[in-house]
Amino acid sequence: MTIHDTTHPAIDLRSLRRDYLVRSGPLGRRTRRVVRAVDDVTLQVRPGEAVGFVGANGAGKSTTIKMMTGILQPTSGDVRVLGRRPVAERRRLAREIGVVFGQRSQLWWDLPLRDSFRILGAMHRLSEAERVRRLGRLVEGLDLEEFLDRPVRQLSLGQRMRGEVAASLLHSPRLIILDEPTIGLDMISKEGLRRFLREDREERGTTLFLTTHDMGDVERLCERIVVVNSGTVAFDGPLAGFRESLGAPRELIVDLASPREALALPPEADVLAVEADGIRHRIAFRGSEMTVPALLSAIGAQAEIADLSLAEPAIEDLVREIYARGR
Amino acid sequence: MLAFWRIIAASFRQYSTYRVATVAGVFTNSVFGLIRASILLAAVSTAGGELRGYDALQAATYVWLGQALLAPVEAFGTREVAERVHQGDVAIDLLRPLGFLRLQYAQKLGRSAFLLLARGIPPMLVGAALTGISLPTDPVAWLLGLLAILLAVTVAFLADMLVNLAAFWIVQTRGLTVVYTAVMNLLSGFLIPIAWFPDRLIALTRATPFPAMVQTPIDVLSARVSTAEALPEIGVQALWAGILALAAWAVLQRGIRSLEVQGG
Repeated sequence: MTIHDTTHPAIDLRSLRRDYLVRSGPLGRRTRRVVRAVDDVTLQVRPGEAVGFVGANGAGKSTTIKMMTGILQPTSGDVRVLGRRPVAERRRLAREIGVVFGQRSQLWWDLPLRDSFRILGAMHRLSEAERVRRLGRLVEGLDLEEFLDRPVRQLSLGQRMRGEVAASLLHSPRLIILDEPTIGLDMISKEGLRRFLREDREERGTTLFLTTHDMGDVERLCERIVVVNSGTVAFDGPLAGFRESLGAPRELIVDLASPREALALPPEADVLAVEADGIRHRIAFRGSEMTVPALLSAIGAQAEIADLSLAEPAIEDLVREIYARGR
Repeated sequence: MLAFWRIIAASFRQYSTYRVATVAGVFTNSVFGLIRASILLAAVSTAGGELRGYDALQAATYVWLGQALLAPVEAFGTREVAERVHQGDVAIDLLRPLGFLRLQYAQKLGRSAFLLLARGIPPMLVGAALTGISLPTDPVAWLLGLLAILLAVTVAFLADMLVNLAAFWIVQTRGLTVVYTAVMNLLSGFLIPIAWFPDRLIALTRATPFPAMVQTPIDVLSARVSTAEALPEIGVQALWAGILALAAWAVLQRGIRSLEVQGG
């Protein structure tokens, strides 16, 4: 197997486990406790895939990323990233991956943003021509031009994050790992960042691994979602099938042509609410148990439908559901 | 290597943006230089015009060179690395494709180069105007002087780095920094010339890396030692630089290891 082999996984985690030893209490009567942050995570990511790694605080997301980047040694199990062992080959791996920790900065705080790219270009041994060309693309795609000459400490959070992402992409890494890249950003900044990440992936076929609390990031950027709960993988599958496979309730909202107090519905459907004096009916049903046409024909047999809309469950709700099941 | 130079240049530029801090630093350096010069000159004159190899002009030169080196060797210690370790930002440094010590050293060299020019030269001019100073006329002595300064900065950087790296194991390193800078300020020959110490303390001091941080570059630049005598002194500096570099590297590896094993 060679490192540039594209048939092998970009990320390969096998039975990954990580314990922390937590000391607490006053000196002398100090107690030690083992906390398992990651417990048996197995996960393969193919080159070019975009994976959203989702879970609550303390679910083990950051610990997993630290093990993937070589900052943390697994307690047991095996990690390979781009075919490398992260802890042993951290610095070599650093040349091939781009990492953004949303809560930390890799930029030079007191220098103009432009200078950080100059230093990073030299660190990654880019030629002047390569650096200028790549930076040009990043400046255009992430809209950095207006604050390129401003010291990083003076940038707004949104501007700084765009700078951080540009810094992680400057050396055209094959894998980018983003840990909470949109935390604290407003909608417009989030959208700008996501749009560019999509473009860059389309252009270069980069593998993307993303942790986030923002389901919008996953929906806009990822094809695959992995949900972690208490250090284990609670769900792993394509985003498209995420809702169906979970069978979380969908919601049908029908407006009737003339009011009715109640509709007789098949047992699989539940009436959530009847609003506007019997005009609007909100009905919950599970996609796995009944189809929309079946439900509509049942309603159509009783009343004339003036309008209808279908609400899909939000991913947040689905993750919550996974968590509830896991308990 | 290009990355190393780029970082030196960037660090130089970075410090050149702190204009107010630089002016304030020059002012305090000069004021304290004047206070120190008065005390040392009084001591020399009380001793009858010469005290253990220092006459008035040499004592004044010693003071102003010390004031000039104060900022570049960062005699009051740094806390940045310790803070990065505590706050976990060291993870970012470890994910750079450049070695941690190289990165820090490059930043230090850029910083020190700026501080030497901006905070070193003005107090010398003040001293030249107010008390007079004697500097070498031989270009070779100047060259050796610059080399001695480079090594002094390197030795001070490495020792300071060792103190900072304790942050991998100690939650609060401020106390350690305070103790270290107190010892360093005395034993480096920054407060009073090492030649003025009691004999036993001189012997003890000579066995530490501290004189290499301040006393040696002052001796070389003030021509208190001849060119032939300067070379072995510089050799000692280089030796300490080598030993401390190995120590810092070993401590860093253990620190990283404990970070990897115990978590940040």
